[in-house]
Amino acid sequence: MPKITYISHAGQAAEFEVPVGMSVMEGGVRNGIDEIVAECGGSCLCATCHVYVDEHWLPLLDPMAEDENAMLESTAAERLPNSRLSCQIIVKPSLDGLKVRTPETQK
Amino acid sequence: MEPGVVIVGGGQGGYQAAASLRTEGYEGPITIVSEEAHIPYQRPPLSKAFVLGKQDLDRVYLRPENYYADHRIDLLRGERVEAIDRAASTVKLRSGAPLPYRYLILATGARNRELPVPGADSESVCYLRTVDESAEIRFRLQAARRVVVIGGGFIGLEIAATARALAKEVTVLEALPRVMARAVAPVVSEYFEKSHREQGVDIRLHTEITEISRGSVGFRPRGSSERQTTIEAELIVVGIGVVPNTDLARAAGLHIANGIAVDEFLRTSDPNIFAIGDCAEFPHPHARARVRLESVQNAVDHALAVARTITGKPAPYTAIPWFWSDQFDIRLQMAGLCAGFDQTVIRGMMDNRKFSVFYFRSGELLGIDSINRPADHLAARKLLAARKRVTAEQAADETVNLKDL
Repeated sequence: MPKITYISHAGQAAEFEVPVGMSVMEGGVRNGIDEIVAECGGSCLCATCHVYVDEHWLPLLDPMAEDENAMLESTAAERLPNSRLSCQIIVKPSLDGLKVRTPETQK
Repeated sequence: MEPGVVIVGGGQGGYQAAASLRTEGYEGPITIVSEEAHIPYQRPPLSKAFVLGKQDLDRVYLRPENYYADHRIDLLRGERVEAIDRAASTVKLRSGAPLPYRYLILATGARNRELPVPGADSESVCYLRTVDESAEIRFRLQAARRVVVIGGGFIGLEIAATARALAKEVTVLEALPRVMARAVAPVVSEYFEKSHREQGVDIRLHTEITEISRGSVGFRPRGSSERQTTIEAELIVVGIGVVPNTDLARAAGLHIANGIAVDEFLRTSDPNIFAIGDCAEFPHPHARARVRLESVQNAVDHALAVARTITGKPAPYTAIPWFWSDQFDIRLQMAGLCAGFDQTVIRGMMDNRKFSVFYFRSGELLGIDSINRPADHLAARKLLAARKRVTAEQAADETVNLKDL
């Protein structure tokens, strides 16, 4: 099962196995990453599952859709070039080792 | 132990109140009293992915089971608050024990409005509010060939779209002359009626249900005395709105209007008791009337506002309402409060399935409905929050960037 690392704003890292097909958001929520809020439950509607993707991994993700790009305009923390919504990153074998950092705030 | 916060209701608002109290730094005891056997779960998938079988039960839960103990949230499941004793600051649980509170948050939600016709209690009839009801519909859909949906609101149309995706014969019976009539402008209703019909849904408007019997629904044009038409169906789903759960608050002597009446801090007529989400009627600065809203956003933002008040950071509630509905491949996103509009303006082309409808009253922007135009929706939320002035001409002109206004 792919391992995903969640790094808190304070720099604390936690690694979890997340099943293929589940989103990085769901993997975080199930493992107690409270910094991922995910108000809308993963429908790309609320921008409260915002993460910064480790630069090394960024090019390996599927490109974002129009709605994710639009939602990222309304994140509570600053949008950076490596900003993504974790509900839109679906875990697959090639993402084994993916690292994401949670922002200071989601709301 | 000193009394803490007691939350009545384990839905989206009840869960969020507990979660936000912890993230806002509240250290005291928190108890959620939930009538559900389940841990708190999301409702939006219950008419969509969950009922389609695309989302398992454990992916519908808002947080895993251990979340509650990990955050010192006492989640009482299958439990019910029978009464509030305001003088003693306790609630009486069904199990008998009085539970003391410093603050009480009523997140009692709403219940389905029942169809007042003969046979509506027939076993072919399903309602949809809980995850168990959704599971029942999911199960019955497998064997059904024909489905009748009574009610052309959001729930009814989402269920109709889901049933069509499973290749069922679907009929929607709506009492009003158009679908989603209380929520959207005629142009949006027409677009959705057309889309559903293109997908093979039989939509009958302005109808009244005369009777239901096992396996069939009788209806006729509303207000007529014509003989009824009968449609056979293995599954009948009723989605005709909800009634806020106010009985507990009423019995405690709290002020009730169209819901539990609260002020701009979501406080009831008792300052130690708050009401949030579907059950609360509150003043919104953008509305000319008090409102009661049924949405995830409303429940979540109310919960956060109350958590901030309890932790000493009170601020009047001003969040811009937003809502969404997914039907087939159409995503409808709504922002603002559009009741009382006197003008609508369309941005984009309805023909290419991406457009937004701007609602105005006396030239003032009230809200925007977006169909497959997420960027417009986001811009709308910002424009409304900042109370930016937008003219009808700017709204219709696609060369005007909404983000620049």
